[in-house]
Order: sequence, then C-alpha cells, then structure tokens
Amino acid sequence: MIYLDNAATTKPADEVIEAMLPYFREQYGNPSAIYSLGSAAKKAVNQAKRTFAEVLGAKPEEIYFTAGGTESDNWALKATAESYSAKGKHIITTKIEHHAILHTCEYLEKRGFEITYLNVDQYGLVDLEELEAAIRPDTILISVMFANNEIGTIEPIAEIGAIAKKHGVLFHTDAVQAFGQLPIRVDELHIDMLSASGHKLNGPKGIGLLYIRSGLKLRSLIHGGAQERNRRAGTENVPGIVGFQAAIQRAVARMEEKTKKELELRDYLIGRIEKEIPYCRLNGHRTRRLPGNVNFSFSFIEGESVLIMLDMKGICASSGSACTSGALDPSHVLLATGLKHEEAHGSLRLTLCEENTKEEADTVVEELKAIVTKLRSMSPLYEDFLKKQHKA
Amino acid sequence: MYSEKVMDHFQNPRNVGEIENASGVGTVGNAKCGDIMRIFLDIDEAGIIRDVKFKTFGCGAAVATSSMATELVKGKSVQEAMLVTNKAVMEALDGLPPVKVHCSLLAEEAIHAALWDYAQKNHIEIEGLKQPKSDIHEGEEEEEY
Repeated sequence: MIYLDNAATTKPADEVIEAMLPYFREQYGNPSAIYSLGSAAKKAVNQAKRTFAEVLGAKPEEIYFTAGGTESDNWALKATAESYSAKGKHIITTKIEHHAILHTCEYLEKRGFEITYLNVDQYGLVDLEELEAAIRPDTILISVMFANNEIGTIEPIAEIGAIAKKHGVLFHTDAVQAFGQLPIRVDELHIDMLSASGHKLNGPKGIGLLYIRSGLKLRSLIHGGAQERNRRAGTENVPGIVGFQAAIQRAVARMEEKTKKELELRDYLIGRIEKEIPYCRLNGHRTRRLPGNVNFSFSFIEGESVLIMLDMKGICASSGSACTSGALDPSHVLLATGLKHEEAHGSLRLTLCEENTKEEADTVVEELKAIVTKLRSMSPLYEDFLKKQHKA
Repeated sequence: MYSEKVMDHFQNPRNVGEIENASGVGTVGNAKCGDIMRIFLDIDEAGIIRDVKFKTFGCGAAVATSSMATELVKGKSVQEAMLVTNKAVMEALDGLPPVKVHCSLLAEEAIHAALWDYAQKNHIEIEGLKQPKSDIHEGEEEEEY
C-alpha cells in the first residue's frame, strides 16, 4: 500500500503509542482525584501543557486540551462571539476555511452575527488589503487558517496578526494542518487563539488543543466539571494528551529533516506530473505551500473515478470531487481559487509523509498516467475537445 | 461502498466508445454537477438496437450505470429499450448508494435522449418517449479548456 493521504490523517508513530500505553495500563487514574494515582495523571497533563507552551512560545496555562481540531475551532468562534458580542457582532474569515470554521460561522449567522468571507487569489492566498478594509468598529474576530488542508497554501499569518493587533481585533488561526509542520510562535505572529489536532502529526485521534492568550474572556463550550481551569469540562483524555505530546516532540525534533525530505519528494512529484500528464493544473501556490501537499486538476475526468482506480492499485489519495463528499458541488476551496466546476471535479490531492519514497512517487505517476489516459478515452468532454482541436 | 457488480462495470466497462453515423446520439447531464453521459445507438430497419456505445465523464457509479444501461438495451427493440428504467439499471447492479441514485436516472435519460434523436431523424414517434430535459445538443455547450 502507498499512503498519500496524510492531510486526512497520519499513521501514529511507534514512540507515540509507546508513550500512551502506560496511561491505559497503569496510570489510569483520574487527574482530578486526590490519591497518588490521580496526581500522577495530573502531572502528565501538566507536563504536556508545558511542552506545548514551549513549542508555541506560550504559557502552560494558555493551553487547553480538546477532543480535536473541530472542537477547538467551534470553541474559539462560538465563545468569542458570545463573550465579545457587547463590542460587536462582526467576524471576518475566508472562503477556504475548513468546514469546522465555515459551518460554525453559518451557525453564528443564524444567531445574528455577520460574517465576512474573504476572497482568495488563484493560489488560495488572502489579500491583506481586502482584509484590512473589511475591519469595522464592530469586528470582534478574524479567523484565518494557517495553511489550507486541500491545496496546502500557507497564508501570510504574521501580516494578518499584525493587522489584527493594529486594529485591536482578536485573531484566531486554525493551524490543524500547519502545527508540527511549520515553526509557529504565537507572540511573533500575534495569534490570540490557535487550534491544533493530534492525529495530523502522527499522534492519536480524538485529541487537540486550543491555545487561548491569557486575558481573553472566553466562555466554556463544554460545561460540567472544573477541569482545564473551569474552561473545558470532562475528564482529561490522559493517554491522548500524552500521545499528542510525544507526537509534537517528535515532530519538532525532526521538522528540519522531514521538511527537506518532503519538499524534495513533493517537487519531484509535481515536476513529473506536470511534464508527463497533459492538460493538468497545479492547484495552490508553487512555493508558499505545505511541504507534503500536491494537488492537481486533470481536465476532462472526474476525481472519484481516479481515486477508485488508484485504490485498486493500492494507492490512498483524496479528491475535491463532489462525488467523494456526497454533495453536488465540488470543493469550495478549489472554486474559491477560480476553478470551474468541471476542473474542481477532476482534482486529486496527494499528501506526503517522510516515509514516502521516490520509488513510491514513481509508481504513483506511472499508475496515474495510465488511469488518466483510460478515463479520458471514456470521456465525452475529451472527445469534444479533440474534435474542436481538429476543427481549429 | 459499491457492490461487486458496480465495481466490475466500473473496472471493465462494457460498450465504451463511439458509433460513427449512429442512428441516434444522446448526451445528458452537465459538467457542473460532475456527470455527463453520451450514448450512441445503431438501430436497424426493424427497430432493433444492433449496437450501442457510450462515453461518460463522472464518478464510479456514473460509469457503471452507463455500462449496465448499454448492456440492458443491446439487442432489444426500441419499445423494449423504453422499459429499461433507472430502477432496472440499479437492480441489475445490485443497488447503488443513496447519493448515487441520480447516476442511474442519468443513464435512463441518456438512453431516452439517444432514442429521441433517432425518432427525430426518422420522423417517428416512440410510445411513451418525451424529449429529455437535460439533453445537450451539439454546439450548445461552449466550453473553454
């Protein structure tokens, strides 16, 4: 099997699993308990907070563990909306956010909030002038993703943070795809809230975090016990937290080496596909993109067909095709970059990890060439295109 | 997600291709929604479908339903071909996931569109056949690539 869907989820690292096991087998105590079994678990949670604080350049008490990126995004948006609605009811985000942000925004719109969805250019980049012009006296939050999950475009976070700070508006970033992949320092980037998830960096599923700058008056999203300084109720997912910690430690230690390897393989894959498969288009930015992201549109064919055929060859990939999501509209991200529907339907995302090899990349290109040729030979759009070319 | 029959017809689609000077050609669907089917019919003087070919742009289910629809109408009379409904196509494929049912509707429509074209060319009426709504006529779609 060749696994090229690392933006969807990653394989948990051995050291992550090893780190977690004692917290299932022996250290199963409730961190809120008074006896030593409980305090050992509490210690592990506090240690993890220090680790994440160090990675982000934050304070341990600014790290809150959640059930994942989606909960963190929901919390950041809903709690800011509720807590700061006296100041205003306007939020700025982008058209290419993850659904965890977009659907939460829709929820808030139904409750009287006004959302501005910023456009992106053909590469998926936010326009800073458009952002600044969108800020109003009643704007309470700017939420822009650190890097896009589909096309890998890395947004100008430092500049966005500076604009937010200048206008006294809170800045949240969904860093689920970037955390552990790129260096992130919350103070330098003027980030007030940051969402991250464990399973995108070889950690476990079901664990994430929200960084909340101290001084922010954010209410709880999940009510109950007094965990997480009264802000996020529910018994801590101790094995998850410990595994998440092991994953970020591993990611930080290997970041330089991993990035170098992935960049090389990414650009090799992009180069071969562009050279060897006609009528294709690279989606996203050529250089301002995540080191492991490759995203192409192939004209005249549909993405789900490509995915099934790749799967039959043991290759796991993903697509922005509507058919993979059960909706009629293809990827909102690709449409926002100006792609036509039929081009967005024919998109393919390959996301790498450091374990992928050049041999695997070669296999993928060879299989892809055959698949695209086969599907085009069956495509009425390709037939029409050839006839038109013939006439001209 | 797909039945074995769907996978079979997707992997080894029957009757892919074109028929030159076909008796009837129908193209349905649109690229915006991600599905286009084109069906070519070769119908003899007795009104029997001697040959049928298709081309499809779409997902696995779109390819499989096109393939199955061509199998079901091949060798049939025009009247018998009218009985090949989307339900018949779905049953022959051992079912489709709910989100893919529209593909079988498109396959039925593609057959009807090709029959309509045949009927128009030969100035005949086929009982129960109406002009398909989503038929794309040649030159109607100005696509740029």
